[in-house]
Amino acid sequence: MLTYTVRRIFSLIPVLIGMTLVVFAIIHAIPGNPAQVILGQRATKEAVRELTEQLGLNKPWIIQYFEYIKALLHGDLGISLRTRGPINEEIWPYLMATLELTIVAMLIAIIIGVNAGIISAWFNNSWFDYVAMVLALIGVSLPIFWLGLMEQWAFSIQLGWLPTTGREDVRDPVSAITNLYLLDTLMQGRIDQFWTVLQHLILPSLALATIPMAIIARMTRATMLEVMKSDFIRTARAKGLRMFWVVYKHSFKNAIIPVLTVIGLQTGLLLGGAILTETIFGWPGIGRYLYDAITYRDYPVIQSGILIIASLFVLINLIVDLLYVFIDPRIKYTK
Amino acid sequence: MAELVKNTVEIPTLQTEEKTISPWKEAWQSFYKNRLALAGLIIVVFFIILAIIAPLAAPYSYDGQTLTDRLQPPSSKHWFGTDDFGRDIFSRVVYGARISLWVGFFSVLGSVIAGTLLGIIAGYYGRWVDTIISRVFDVMLAFPSILLAIAVVAILGPSLQNALIAIAVINIPNFGRLIRSRVLSVKQEEYIMAARAIGMKDSRILLHHILPNSISPVIVQATLAIASAIIEAAGLGFLGLGAQPPTPEWGKMLADSKQYLVQAPWTLFFPGIAIALTVLGFNLMGDGLRDVLDPKMKQ
Repeated sequence: MLTYTVRRIFSLIPVLIGMTLVVFAIIHAIPGNPAQVILGQRATKEAVRELTEQLGLNKPWIIQYFEYIKALLHGDLGISLRTRGPINEEIWPYLMATLELTIVAMLIAIIIGVNAGIISAWFNNSWFDYVAMVLALIGVSLPIFWLGLMEQWAFSIQLGWLPTTGREDVRDPVSAITNLYLLDTLMQGRIDQFWTVLQHLILPSLALATIPMAIIARMTRATMLEVMKSDFIRTARAKGLRMFWVVYKHSFKNAIIPVLTVIGLQTGLLLGGAILTETIFGWPGIGRYLYDAITYRDYPVIQSGILIIASLFVLINLIVDLLYVFIDPRIKYTK
Repeated sequence: MAELVKNTVEIPTLQTEEKTISPWKEAWQSFYKNRLALAGLIIVVFFIILAIIAPLAAPYSYDGQTLTDRLQPPSSKHWFGTDDFGRDIFSRVVYGARISLWVGFFSVLGSVIAGTLLGIIAGYYGRWVDTIISRVFDVMLAFPSILLAIAVVAILGPSLQNALIAIAVINIPNFGRLIRSRVLSVKQEEYIMAARAIGMKDSRILLHHILPNSISPVIVQATLAIASAIIEAAGLGFLGLGAQPPTPEWGKMLADSKQYLVQAPWTLFFPGIAIALTVLGFNLMGDGLRDVLDPKMKQ
């Protein structure tokens, strides 16, 4: 187990190096003079020269790359061109906002998706199965930014149930401790604020949850159908065990690995999907930060945002891989 | 095409007692029986025809502005209403089919070609070539796909063509890995060994034996990839990284109208429905094709 863990972590090194190369290339592969592109055609010569020097673009690229890596290892992500602040400090609250949104969305997706998949497999070919699978197919086909807009139209504008945008009541802002507002409001005993924050979370997290929910439901159903055909399930049923336990305990336990894989993969994709959802809902997360950076051609922020999300994606996949061994003792990685 | 199908059916029935049918015919028959897949095919064909006959189907041009008719609700004159420039939304949605299908088809075609080439090289030649190509794929897959697309567009600059290139790039590793694994398993087959034993050249083995044996999973994957490519193109358009005005790209149309959600929600209904329907069509078709062509999933 330990050797596997160590090996798995070491295998990440080439991937991480490759990722930094891609992110590094975002500025350096711009055709022409990157500083000119960032500042626009009307920029003065001095401004272009100044930016070239600030970004270190006048040095050979191999030296620039090593300087970039050295800075990264010190936790230095560079300076934002727009706010002139250090990115590693600026990015923190945005990152936590995205984390909160992603966790809530993933919880919704897992709880509904897994159960819908299990019930669909349990009552295979029933009307529930049929409806759930058609809904899942529609779910994976919806562009989430459009779904978000439609939710806003239906639940905020037409029904007036939930707020359209933002993360909190601007007249009564949450005082941040961890920047996970649900946690912060609870820690401060502000139940009223907790509800406001929760209300702001519902629409964006539902929009974000749709696609993973649909994919998890389909995957769970497919694996459950497979498992429920096996002999030990027939034995369990033959000895008179209640169907509920056969399905939820015996079958699901054996179907969990592929489901877990999908959950891990989807969590990472959710971090990418957050950029569209956050743009719609004015959610001050890393996706929104990235979107603003794209609008202002703030390349250092674009680089850092992409690097951070991709690193999280890799980290989640690592955790899922390691979880397999704990969950399913039949998997052994001793070679 | 019609003649081809006819031939493949008739010749065997003439010569053998037992009625045999070609595998493609058999695949079509079971595809035809799958009602959802058939619905998908009908949706896709509908949008393809719409894209081809766009100038005939659209009552107005996609960029004709009538400022006196700004933000009109749907009516008999403007079926889907008008946008903030007084442009007919129905006509823009119809022309948008051209753009989305174009990006969908050609980006996936690009990824299939590049992915197949790299996958074959990696799988067939193995060793360090395989290691390098596989590592590059690993790195590309380490990015959530929309982010990698954003990175590519950030380098090339925002335009519809660059969005197409970006989407093609992000899908390469999916096809590359698929082909590589097929090549690895087909390579072990005895008839490949036999082909090599009689001195057949590598290129001939690849082209005549390995490639045809890998084609059906690629068709399935490609159909599903077109669906996601259309969503990704709309997403990039929505972020302002794809099509530029006045191109009637569905995602861009949504982005331009999002501030009229309260005042004129119809500006947002129809482009979104168009995206969802097209994507649903390709997804249904892809699922149906997988059931038919992928023997592992066959029940």
